[in-house]
Amino acid sequence: MKASAFSYARATSVANALELLAAYGDKAKVLSGGQSLMPAMNLRLISPELIVDIGEIAELRGIAVRGGVLSIGALTRHVDLLKSPEIASHAPLLTEAVAHVAHPAIRNRGTLGGSLAHADPASELPASMVALNATIVVRGQTGERRIAAGNFFTGIYETALSAQELLIAVEVPVAQKKSAYFFHEFARRHGDYAIAGLAAQAIVQGGLFTDLRMAYFAVGDRPILVKAAGKLINIGVTPAVLAEASATLGEELDPQEDQQASAAMRRHLAKILLARCASALLGRPDLIAGGPV
Amino acid sequence: MTAALPISLEVNGESVNANVLPRLNLADFLREHLKLTGTHVGCEHGVCGACTVRVNGEIVRSCLMLAVQTHGASVVTIEGLSDSGEIADLQAAFRDRNALQCGFCTPGMLIAAQDLLKQETEPNRERIREHLSGNYCRCTGYQAIIDAVETTALARMGRKP
Repeated sequence: MKASAFSYARATSVANALELLAAYGDKAKVLSGGQSLMPAMNLRLISPELIVDIGEIAELRGIAVRGGVLSIGALTRHVDLLKSPEIASHAPLLTEAVAHVAHPAIRNRGTLGGSLAHADPASELPASMVALNATIVVRGQTGERRIAAGNFFTGIYETALSAQELLIAVEVPVAQKKSAYFFHEFARRHGDYAIAGLAAQAIVQGGLFTDLRMAYFAVGDRPILVKAAGKLINIGVTPAVLAEASATLGEELDPQEDQQASAAMRRHLAKILLARCASALLGRPDLIAGGPV
Repeated sequence: MTAALPISLEVNGESVNANVLPRLNLADFLREHLKLTGTHVGCEHGVCGACTVRVNGEIVRSCLMLAVQTHGASVVTIEGLSDSGEIADLQAAFRDRNALQCGFCTPGMLIAAQDLLKQETEPNRERIREHLSGNYCRCTGYQAIIDAVETTALARMGRKP
């Protein structure tokens, strides 16, 4: 199908975009890379009155490292993330995650800010930001707000961003020494939305997790930072410890059922991801030697 | 503002000026306004890859880009790529390997495959599969397409498959 008629404005600056958003509120939609917005409009799932194209706003581009913080502009495209040496050395989880986002032609247009503001619960980047404990910077006409990624995503396609605000940038703490990451997803076809996926960031010292943040995606209405990870911190991880964490995980997840998988299948896959994550990050093949737990 | 907006861009090396409605996507602009019907429209929501074109040297889905967003851009379609001879060997390999039947996906496949071959001289079959993963083909079962791209990569390096 084709998008219904709308007005179009090419924003010349962040201030200009915010003026338009203040005037139109939720009748306007921000166009960044368009790789989620355009399909939704073509399918007539949404029909905004005004499209505010922010694609030409130079101040929203760029990746910079300052004082232990990696700052990534909202208009940074997936392909830019994938090829960035700064991202690869300071937040390698993102390099890995973005390779699973759609396909090359989509990654050439899709942006980080767009993906986060869209907040599809099955997409990779929101969960990665939660795992990385990133801060999401949004601006409105009255000022800037800095929101922890863990509080930003509030439901299916819902975020803490108001209709008058623009997502400006993301700030990610740079990876410390001894930090390790894990990313894996199950999907029918490479680049498709995940059936279940996990982004994890950890600190491993002397064979133990001293920190472990596990953010699941596609198993709930938003990225889920699981409490089960706490069961693996500062403890020698044995198969029994892992089994207990796995049981906790099964209880705390409440996955949806759809054409791709039942809730039980998603819960099962989440448990497999937990075991693989622990095994990979601790260098302990024995933790998955007995098959899926 | 729902009125038509003026755009100036380059399509296959020629400059184009037009007035377009904001809702018009690039695929329909190419097909309906410029009569460049080699760009195919399949799913219209970014899944099938049949509408793949080059914008400023990079492949994109033309169904997910508005014509107004191409103001100032350089667009290359399958017609341009074919006429320039840039992919003559790839097209020949598609014929030799039976990498097309109905041909609906072929323009998008060729553009996506050439995008990979420009970036990597020696992609293995898995890399080829990954790069073409966003392009659906409902006829061939993909093996023949992978064969054709692999053959072309080897031939461009002066090696026999």
